[in-house]
Formats: sequence, C-alpha cells, structure tokens
Amino acid sequence: MELIVFITLLALGYFFGILAEKKHFKSINKREKLHLRLPTTSLKRPLGTLPPVTESSLVSGNVVISVDYCKRILAGLRNIFGGQVSAYETLVDRARREAILRMKESCPNATQLINLRIETSSISKGAKQQIGSVEVLAYGTALYCRPDDSVYFT
Amino acid sequence: MFLTNTEEIPGKTIQVCKGVVSGSTVRAKHAGRDIMASIKNIFGGELVAYTELLSESRDEAISRMKQEAQEMGANAIVNVRFSTSSVAAGAAEIYVYGTAVVVK
Repeated sequence: MELIVFITLLALGYFFGILAEKKHFKSINKREKLHLRLPTTSLKRPLGTLPPVTESSLVSGNVVISVDYCKRILAGLRNIFGGQVSAYETLVDRARREAILRMKESCPNATQLINLRIETSSISKGAKQQIGSVEVLAYGTALYCRPDDSVYFT
Repeated sequence: MFLTNTEEIPGKTIQVCKGVVSGSTVRAKHAGRDIMASIKNIFGGELVAYTELLSESRDEAISRMKQEAQEMGANAIVNVRFSTSSVAAGAAEIYVYGTAVVVK
C-alpha cells in the first residue's frame, strides 16, 4: 500500500512538475523580453548620464517556489553520489528570475533600476517534514526621470 | 517619506543623519494554508500562500520602520536592507533596517 502511494506521488510529481516548470520558463522568457528596456544594475550609482531624477523609490518582488515530489527524491539520491543537483538549480533559477520580474513589473514607468539586491532563504527550515522550497526577494531602487527627456542613458 | 537602498538619493542631498531605524515582524499562516502548501509541494510550483505571507509581513515591517523614522523627524530612509529568517516551521521573521536622514 505504501509503495503504491509512493509511486503515485512520484508519477504525479514527475508529470505535473515538468509541465509546471516548462510553463513557468516559457512565461519567464516572454516577460523578460518585455522588460529588457528597463536597465537594471547592481551598482550604487545610476549608469550613464541621466536627466534630473524627479523621484526614487524602493521596489521589491518576492516569490516562494517549491520543488515537486519526484525531484525531491532524485535530489535525495543525488546527495548520496554527489555532483550537480540540477533539480534544485532550476528551482532557484526560476525563483530568482521570477522575483526580479515581479520587481520590474511593480515599476513600469521607471527610467532605471539601481542597486539590485537578491536574497534567498528557506522559510520552512527546521520543519520536521522538510519542504523543499525557496523564498527569493529581489529589491532595488527605481529612479524616475521626467518623461519628456528622451535620452535615457548614453 | 523616501525609501531607497542606495547610500544617497539621486537628485537630493542629505542634510542630517538621524541614526539607524528598524522594523521587524514574525508571522505565520493558519494551518489550512500550511496543508494546502504541503499538497502543492507534491506537484511543485509557486506557493502563493507563502508568497503572500512574506509580502504582507514585509509591508508591515517597512511601515514600522517608517513610523520610527517619522518619530525621529526624518523624511527619508537610505540604505534599506532586508533580512529573512525562519523562527519556526511555517513562520517567518522579516527584519528591515536602514538609516534615517533628512534630505532636501
């Protein structure tokens, strides 16, 4: 009985996990192209020469993503042999890109985004039943310039 | 109230430094949400309940920090930093700190 439950969970995780990941990557790629116009740096000062900044504000985006059951088992196996755990690599990659996108989406009119910082943590650490999830927070400072200044950065 | 995570605010000059201000909050979601999250955990994907939990608590921490800065007579907070830690399963502590300044 336990074996049946285990296999069912594994199969469910495998199919839905792959489906969800593909869908998510597709939407991330699409949205990243849309937001290419907004220059984002992790520098403390604006890049290039900007027209007078009229407003600046703190913007942030966060997301919590969990890994599916199948991948968790695979990662557990990988732990025995060592090496690259690709299951978790894609997980954190998805989470980081999603968080940055959400941050960008919260300030569509910004001219430039500076001092980008990314923080990763797991909220379920210390739980008895380990939940393989990551929390990513991306934050930065959005600079707004007058819209009539057409030279954004040189 | 201006908030930035840079050391200075572009287009403005810092006149007086008032000191460090901070805000923190510890929050948890009700058990129902936790159960939902563990079901979602089989399929993988975003845990919306936890995303909400963290963004709510971040807003709460920021508003506490802002209040502290206002009491000090500051009109901006620069160099804001976030930190997250988990105190217990399903609960998160959000700590936010920065430097309160007066800008013109």
